[in-house]
Amino acid sequence: MAKSVAFSVNGKAVSVSPANDDTPLLNILRNELGLMGTRFGCGLEQCGCCTVLVDGQPEKSCAKPVWSVAGKKITTVEGLGTAAKPHPLQQAFLDEQAGQCGYCLSGILISAKALLDRNPRPTRAEIAEALDGNICRCGSHNRIMRAVEKAAAVMRGAAS
Amino acid sequence: MNAPLPGPLSGNPNLDRWVAFPAPGKVTISTGRVEFGQGVLTAMAQVAADELDVALDRISVRSGDTELAPNEGYTAGSMSMQFGGVALAQACAEVRALFLAQAAKVAGCSASELTIADGKFLRNGRSTGQDYWTLAGAVDLHVKATGAAARKALKDLKVVGVSSPRSDLPGKVFGEATFIHDMTIDGMRHARVVRQPNRGATIASVDEAAIRRAAKGPVEFVCNGNFLAILGEEEAALDAAALAATTHVKWTNVEKPALLQQEPNWLLQRPAIDHVIGAPEAVDAQGKERFEATYTKPHIAHASISPSCGLSVYKDGHLTVWTHCQGVYPLRAALALTLKLDQSAITVHHVQGSGCYGHNGADDAAADAAIIAVQKPGVPVRVRWRREEEFVYEPKQAAMVVKVRALVGKDGKPSDWTAEIWSGTHAGRPGHGSPLLGGEALPDPLPLPPPSDVPESGGGGATRNAEPFYDIAAKRIVHHLVPETPIRVSSLRGLGAMANVFALECAIDELAERAGQDPVAYRLSIISDPRARAVIEKAAAMAKWDPKAPSGTGRGRGFAFARYKNRAGYAAMVVELEVDEEIRLRHVWCAADAGLVVNPDGVINQLEGGVIQSASWVLKEQVRFDDGVSSVDWLSYPVLKFSEVPEIDIELVGTRENAPLGVGEVTAGPTAAAIGNAVSHALGARIRDLPLSRDRIMTALLKD
Repeated sequence: MAKSVAFSVNGKAVSVSPANDDTPLLNILRNELGLMGTRFGCGLEQCGCCTVLVDGQPEKSCAKPVWSVAGKKITTVEGLGTAAKPHPLQQAFLDEQAGQCGYCLSGILISAKALLDRNPRPTRAEIAEALDGNICRCGSHNRIMRAVEKAAAVMRGAAS
Repeated sequence: MNAPLPGPLSGNPNLDRWVAFPAPGKVTISTGRVEFGQGVLTAMAQVAADELDVALDRISVRSGDTELAPNEGYTAGSMSMQFGGVALAQACAEVRALFLAQAAKVAGCSASELTIADGKFLRNGRSTGQDYWTLAGAVDLHVKATGAAARKALKDLKVVGVSSPRSDLPGKVFGEATFIHDMTIDGMRHARVVRQPNRGATIASVDEAAIRRAAKGPVEFVCNGNFLAILGEEEAALDAAALAATTHVKWTNVEKPALLQQEPNWLLQRPAIDHVIGAPEAVDAQGKERFEATYTKPHIAHASISPSCGLSVYKDGHLTVWTHCQGVYPLRAALALTLKLDQSAITVHHVQGSGCYGHNGADDAAADAAIIAVQKPGVPVRVRWRREEEFVYEPKQAAMVVKVRALVGKDGKPSDWTAEIWSGTHAGRPGHGSPLLGGEALPDPLPLPPPSDVPESGGGGATRNAEPFYDIAAKRIVHHLVPETPIRVSSLRGLGAMANVFALECAIDELAERAGQDPVAYRLSIISDPRARAVIEKAAAMAKWDPKAPSGTGRGRGFAFARYKNRAGYAAMVVELEVDEEIRLRHVWCAADAGLVVNPDGVINQLEGGVIQSASWVLKEQVRFDDGVSSVDWLSYPVLKFSEVPEIDIELVGTRENAPLGVGEVTAGPTAAAIGNAVSHALGARIRDLPLSRDRIMTALLKD
């Protein structure tokens, strides 16, 4: 067993002892910490289903060894908001009914959060570019981009 | 005389199979249709809310369960609302009538004096003190539907026709454990299967030590015949082991698809089973011009975003399976044959997976879990396929060649039409008799079923939408079913409709051009069906269609129309795009007629999804072979990205007097053809082979 790794997830300090040195962060989130919102899609860092924020940057967690996030702050979809207190992005996704099967949405919400954190007024093209690392196979792209635009407007309104 | 029962209700006539009142204020409805992101459970609840007169939020939906839900076969073919929704509505109407009769008895009045408001029974508008839940003990729902109860009149539908938010979406937005991939069972072990490369391949050697070294953690091997699986506690160890097994397990009798089998034209020289549907071949072509053109479409993949997953446990002689497949009852029947168990010893529960778009690896992953579970009694097993496994082993949509021949009169209109089709089957589901993948590796695998395709009565497989919906005096389909395909093929969204509508609607544009006519006006001149005309005219109006837009400018517009299966939903489409070395989609305008729409926003979401997925097929997708399937991940099988999707405007033009028609598949064909026609308009040159790749664009430009 590898030595323990400490980091924070959604503001909570955690310490885990991965079975192997290269156990991916995604496996720890899902199988050790019970945070099932971050999905496994490919294990190849290609589809974006497993995207989380690492110190505020969107990163794919499916092949990222957990030791590499020691001391860092991880945010998963569960850390955005809840049904009782949704993040503006989550509310906008519900308002726009932005999704079909929804398997890609956790990663997309995280990528969108990272975008809005660095660019509160993105153009449609900038939103598309920020989401190009996330695959949606059902074809909900336009609704998703509309929802991100709407959330951006709401968040700007709240900030002003 | 009572009305005949809708099909699914006559097959599952007991009302308690459809409706229950489990607790005060709560209604549970059951449906054989399953959710995979199309919003069917929300739409079913809307149907029930109206028929039972209860608020939507009182209703929970049970679906896809061999213990608790009706057997409705597969959730496929855009038929859920058309058939399953009507069956549920009738079941609810019958339940409502039984409760009204009981309430009348209690109140000492006639049922016609009673109304229901959110589950409460009113007499002349005043409370009777009775509701569904106070009466439930006195009403036996374990009775058969009779067809006697009338469903609500259209004017009384209040929840149907309103865009209701999808009940499954909040869990997906808040990252809840919604999917089968998130399901865990106490004592559960993970498993990966070392896939038999093909039916008949046999294990020559297994270097267990090398696989264990790669795993860097404890793993266990389970073997039965040529079915080999690796079990363990740690998914990371199993993934490493499974990857290592692809080189450290050696096989004999391996057959791999070869590069030359990648192109659809390979089909033309293969043995085939031929049949002709429609008018006899034209003998007198005097005074007519001949048109002939050949269109092709390669193998394409479902490419579901989640790899297939299945869970199973075998305990005290009973097998329980959790699956995201499209038909729990057909899977149960196939598992019984595969595992030599009685169907009554198997329970199959549906749990959501990602979008499947047809027969992907879901049934096979469930079978994998079941095969292992039977070998390890008492141990819950979860199998999750690897991404490469999904791409290589999911059944693909067959490659197709479609040759269109037409005789054209002096008026430029076709009088005789032949669609000649070469294709593998589109019916490779377990419910069609095809073996489950893992079962083929077991000792004495089940025999392959005789070659067949979806019959015309079921909408056809390779022949779906091959016959033009236009007014043409003589039409026929010549179908060459090619039984031997280089890879396993089965049902994918729309089956043959995408290739056939691509061929047919591109050919119509080519005929319009020969006749010197505008493609929209030409279509309207050969179609009399009023609903078809309405969507064609609407789509043209939405896009401000300009018949005089010049061709060959690099910017193009294309038109296409189809009525799905020639008997279901209508869609007409305009696509605007730009082409230089590659194609950039700009805008899609679509008019659709789906009759009575239960959830308008849900329908629009499905139509949009169909447009985008079809655009992805047409611009990018082809399953490639190179000493095996070489499309193994998202880099080698790219799909449309966010930056590549067009703006999409959709309008629903149907009226609620017409029966509800499914929409998941209606845009697949017209999108493909409208893109093909727009590319031709932009380039001034026609490309008849899919995908519309950069190479093909360059070739078309150079030919010019």
